[in-house]
Amino acid sequence: MDLAIRCGGLVKKYDRVTAVDGLDLSVRRGECFGLLGPNGAGKTTTVEILEGLLQPTSGDVEVLGMRWARDERALRQRLGISLQETHLPDKLTVEEVLTLFRSFFDTGRPVGEVLDLVGLSDKRGSWTEKLSGGQKQRLAVACALVSDPELLFLDEPTTGLDPQSRRQLWDVVLGFKSRGRTVLLTTHYMDEAERLCDRVAVVDRGKVIALGTPAELIASLGGQQVIEAQLDGAVADGELSALPGVHRLSRAGGTVSLAVEKLHQTLPALLSLAQSRGAALTQLSTHQATLEDVFVTLTGRQLRE
Amino acid sequence: MRTDPLWQLTLARLRMFFREPSAVFWTFGFPLALSLALGVAFRNKPPDPVAVGVWSGPDASGSRRVVEALRGTNGIEVREYYGPSTRDLSTGKIALFVRPGERLEYDFDPTRPESRLAREMVDNALQRASGRADVLRTMDHPVAAPGSRYIDFLIPGLIGMNIMSGSMWGIGYVVVEMRTRKLLKRLMATPMSRAQFLWSFVLMRAAFFFLELPLLLLFGWLAFGVGVAGSLVLLVALSLLGAVAFAGLGLLVAARAQNTQTVSGLINLVMLPMFIGSGVFFSTARFPGFFQPFLRALPLTALNDSVRAVMIEGAGPRAVAGEAGLLAAIGAVSFALALRLFRWR
Repeated sequence: MDLAIRCGGLVKKYDRVTAVDGLDLSVRRGECFGLLGPNGAGKTTTVEILEGLLQPTSGDVEVLGMRWARDERALRQRLGISLQETHLPDKLTVEEVLTLFRSFFDTGRPVGEVLDLVGLSDKRGSWTEKLSGGQKQRLAVACALVSDPELLFLDEPTTGLDPQSRRQLWDVVLGFKSRGRTVLLTTHYMDEAERLCDRVAVVDRGKVIALGTPAELIASLGGQQVIEAQLDGAVADGELSALPGVHRLSRAGGTVSLAVEKLHQTLPALLSLAQSRGAALTQLSTHQATLEDVFVTLTGRQLRE
Repeated sequence: MRTDPLWQLTLARLRMFFREPSAVFWTFGFPLALSLALGVAFRNKPPDPVAVGVWSGPDASGSRRVVEALRGTNGIEVREYYGPSTRDLSTGKIALFVRPGERLEYDFDPTRPESRLAREMVDNALQRASGRADVLRTMDHPVAAPGSRYIDFLIPGLIGMNIMSGSMWGIGYVVVEMRTRKLLKRLMATPMSRAQFLWSFVLMRAAFFFLELPLLLLFGWLAFGVGVAGSLVLLVALSLLGAVAFAGLGLLVAARAQNTQTVSGLINLVMLPMFIGSGVFFSTARFPGFFQPFLRALPLTALNDSVRAVMIEGAGPRAVAGEAGLLAAIGAVSFALALRLFRWR
């Protein structure tokens, strides 16, 4: 299979902390691959190693069939990179920033075209300090797109943005992918991963703990629906698991999550169990299973803790 | 569509600078304001008269004559005291105390040049008043040669100081700010050439320099009539060497610093000794001989001394070769060191 990124046994140790702890990844050409995990899971460290900005303590990295130690110059020409946090120069206009970045690459797209693509054409003459958070982020992505890269890295592209800005950025990413290009993005938003990613690696404590398409990962829960409840009283986990149609049970804090096949089957049984024990049901909600439930099931923690 | 990256980087540097009004003021306005203020404060005045005290004792006959004689002498201000001594001498209000009598007695502190001068002036005046004839005929020609005024000393010093602080702040501070804002890291994620990145700073400094230098020279000439005695080409060449030396030092202080506070401290640490010891506002000759070798080794001393020699004395290339060599060496060494130490992320 034609791989855009392949890395094996990746380890990055700092003085006391192991940020990446034996991580393996294979990203296919033409797919949008997501690294999903909470803050501090090692996503950014992993991505910066793949981008050739950090040296791994050990492990093997191949990007577009090349290696950083040997082919840095050629690789840099073919990658588009947007870091988690970059303050572009305040007193340059949008167009000037983009022209500057364009000048570093041998090939690329016209600045005007990229501005259209990210919807900043009417801001081309504004200083970057006057842009909103969403516009700044789109400009950062534009700086990564201006070289018309084969492989695009986006590190938490929509963190802290309003819903409208997020959707605009999603469209930019989907448009890039539709031209057959490869994207690797990190996020701690499950909806973003579900919307954009063909495949997702769930990362926790520097390791991949689950890998698959969003649908596969959700299906691995066994049920398509999730019941979340807070039960005040003596109801054992074993009894909850034994309710009809329950595939998995997990606890995060005081809340019990049940992955179930059919709500109409499990919900009445749950209510009558609570009633028969005299257990107070202080909170009850249901939703379609998401990647968040996958993460909670795998780690017993929320994504955004 | 693609434009040259070095040109784009330099252009970006220049745009960012000129869109920051305070930076423009500190680079261009401040040195002019400073030279105007200092030039006015230290303008040439007729020499102050020397204050001399006279004991107007009870036998007024002798002291009256002394006071009259001194009042008629140029450059002496006479104060009368009604006692045989006064504290005004030890506090410096008068330079000399005269006690007339059978024999003239002078009280003064011989370590004060002003007092020694006063003694000679008073003694001369009184001897003449008592009939001493000068044997030799003399004629005085007051001289105010261009180049001997304070402003003539100051303008070359300000040129040197401007080159130093412009390079140190304009490079050192800006680079570290880019590092803290992760902009350096972002640039490293592109194929941008590191050498071109550093060169863009040098080119920016050179571009400014061709604005700063004429501005200060023209101002000095129009406001105070400060001219350039030597070759203008040599003056520009020396200043460029100075700019390169300080650009290297600017990169060096910025090589490792992780935040702007650290780099500000480092810049001040480097510049402060040179502000004082390199002859910007007063001559390095005021420091004791022990310090001279150290002061000579400072880049700003070399720059100031050579620029001054060209502007005031009209020195040629040979006379300033030593200073030029020192500047070039400091530039080369600090560049090489900065490149080796530079932290790009």
